[in-house]
Amino acid sequence: AGASASAEVKPADLVWEDEIAIPASLSGTAGDPAKGAEVLVKRSLGNCVACHENSAMPDVAFQGNVGPSFDGVGARWSEAELRGIVANAKQVFPGSIMPVFYNDNPDDYIRPGDAYTAKAYNPETFTTLLTAQQIEDVVAYLTTLTEY
Amino acid sequence: VALSGAASADPHPDAELIIEGELNVKVRAEPAAHLDGAVPEIYSGWLFRTDETRSLQMDDFENPAMLGVEAGQDAWNTVEGAAGKSCADCHGDAAESMKGVRAVMPKVNDNGDLWSTEDYVNNCRTERMEADALKWNSGDLNNMVAYISVQSRGMPVAVQIDGEAEPFWERGKDMYYTRFGQLELSCASCHEENYGMNIRADHLSQGQINGFPTYRLKQGKLISTHNRFRGCIRDTRAESFAMGSQEFRELELYVASRGLGLDTEGVAVRN
Ligand code: HEC
Ligand code: HEC
Ligand code: HEC
Repeated sequence: AGASASAEVKPADLVWEDEIAIPASLSGTAGDPAKGAEVLVKRSLGNCVACHENSAMPDVAFQGNVGPSFDGVGARWSEAELRGIVANAKQVFPGSIMPVFYNDNPDDYIRPGDAYTAKAYNPETFTTLLTAQQIEDVVAYLTTLTEY
Repeated sequence: VALSGAASADPHPDAELIIEGELNVKVRAEPAAHLDGAVPEIYSGWLFRTDETRSLQMDDFENPAMLGVEAGQDAWNTVEGAAGKSCADCHGDAAESMKGVRAVMPKVNDNGDLWSTEDYVNNCRTERMEADALKWNSGDLNNMVAYISVQSRGMPVAVQIDGEAEPFWERGKDMYYTRFGQLELSCASCHEENYGMNIRADHLSQGQINGFPTYRLKQGKLISTHNRFRGCIRDTRAESFAMGSQEFRELELYVASRGLGLDTEGVAVRN
């Protein structure tokens, strides 16, 4: 939201490297790991802990285990790879159940809804699950998780 | 907190559902042949719940769903509509006339349409009693379906999936594997590939419907199969389907068939 429109990379314009990494920042503004931690936890934002455990956040109740643990994720993947995974996990892990967080094209979905209302999407407001800056923030946080 | 995973990861290994100390309801089964090895074993949702929730269903005085059953029984005997009839006037004792009915639902009617239990009830109301149809998932309709379901308690799920039912079943199956919504999740994503796992606070079961209508502690009332389906699809950030829609009847048939081998629970309790 804070980044200027010119610096922001639109979902349709993502530039991939080796098909799994996105080297360039999506927002043009460095990510803030503290805000990224919030995106990871908040149900209304990334809600990543719905599927992933993170031992670095022992106070967060009810962490899911549908995906791999975040422990050591910053050691396993480079920043560019983490950006690729968070922006479009299905590009990196074909067929993954992990949602695509950076795609604003309703035509790519079957019966896209208006958030959690059960109603049809509104073409005026349909947007990415996370903003460019929120993805930068999450990636910045994930790079700090180098311990197993 | 980290325990959210391992501590409750699996269906209970050996719990048995014995109601009132005498009726043993089958909660584990060999998968039906049509599942083609998709899951190694079939489990009732009951096995994924806590000790406390499971025990509620073993005792009819503790089982809050039984209040709905009682209300359904009262309605069974109550005259309604311009024809001046009650259900009992035509069907007599539900313990006999409705025995086994819920276990075969949804099923194809004489006109070749696939109908859920709710449709049969409403058809009798409108066509035979000249009363209003009850709203799908309303308390009154859920209570009646609960009363009918309890008459099939402990009887094996026996839905027909071949012959005239097959095209409906095929469409339901397609729907089960469709990745709906902006989160692109199918029923299978959660209930086939990840049962036993946790999604945030939720411990995923196989999404069986042999216990429906079900009393949800979280909502404090009975809910219908279609209400559950509607919520699960909504949670994929999708435009859901209407309760009572053709799509949900077909999905209901397919999901019921994934529970072939289990017994009808005749009103379950879940969280
Ligand atoms: C609905 C489940 C789900 C949600 C929600 C989810 N993920 Fe994932 N994620 C997965 C799964 C499953 C994998 C494993 C890849 C695969 O599909 O094989 C994965 C893999 C990953 C990986 C690679 C992990 C590794 O150790 O190799 C990262 C990083 C990741 N996710 C980050 C996130 C972030 C950040 C969010 C939230 C913004 C998120 N995930 C939300 C299911 C999910
Ligand atoms: C005037 C007579 C009449 C009344 C009143 C009536 N029914 Fe029916 N009902 C029938 C007939 C006839 C059938 C179709 C034949 C059959 O399957 O028994 C039927 C079928 C059904 C079926 C499907 C049974 C099956 O095995 O397919 C259900 C369920 C049912 N009725 C429930 C009810 C309920 C609940 C009420 C009251 C709200 C009710 N009926 C009132 C006559 C009646
Ligand atoms: C995002 C994950 C998710 C998806 C996708 C999903 N469900 Fe569910 N479902 C849940 C959760 C969580 C529960 C509550 C815990 C449990 O029983 O699994 C649940 C419960 C159920 C139940 C109740 C089971 C019981 O024993 O009470 C049924 C039935 C069900 N789901 C069917 C479906 C069907 C059919 C679909 C596809 C149309 C579907 N679900 C898609 C997460 C999901």
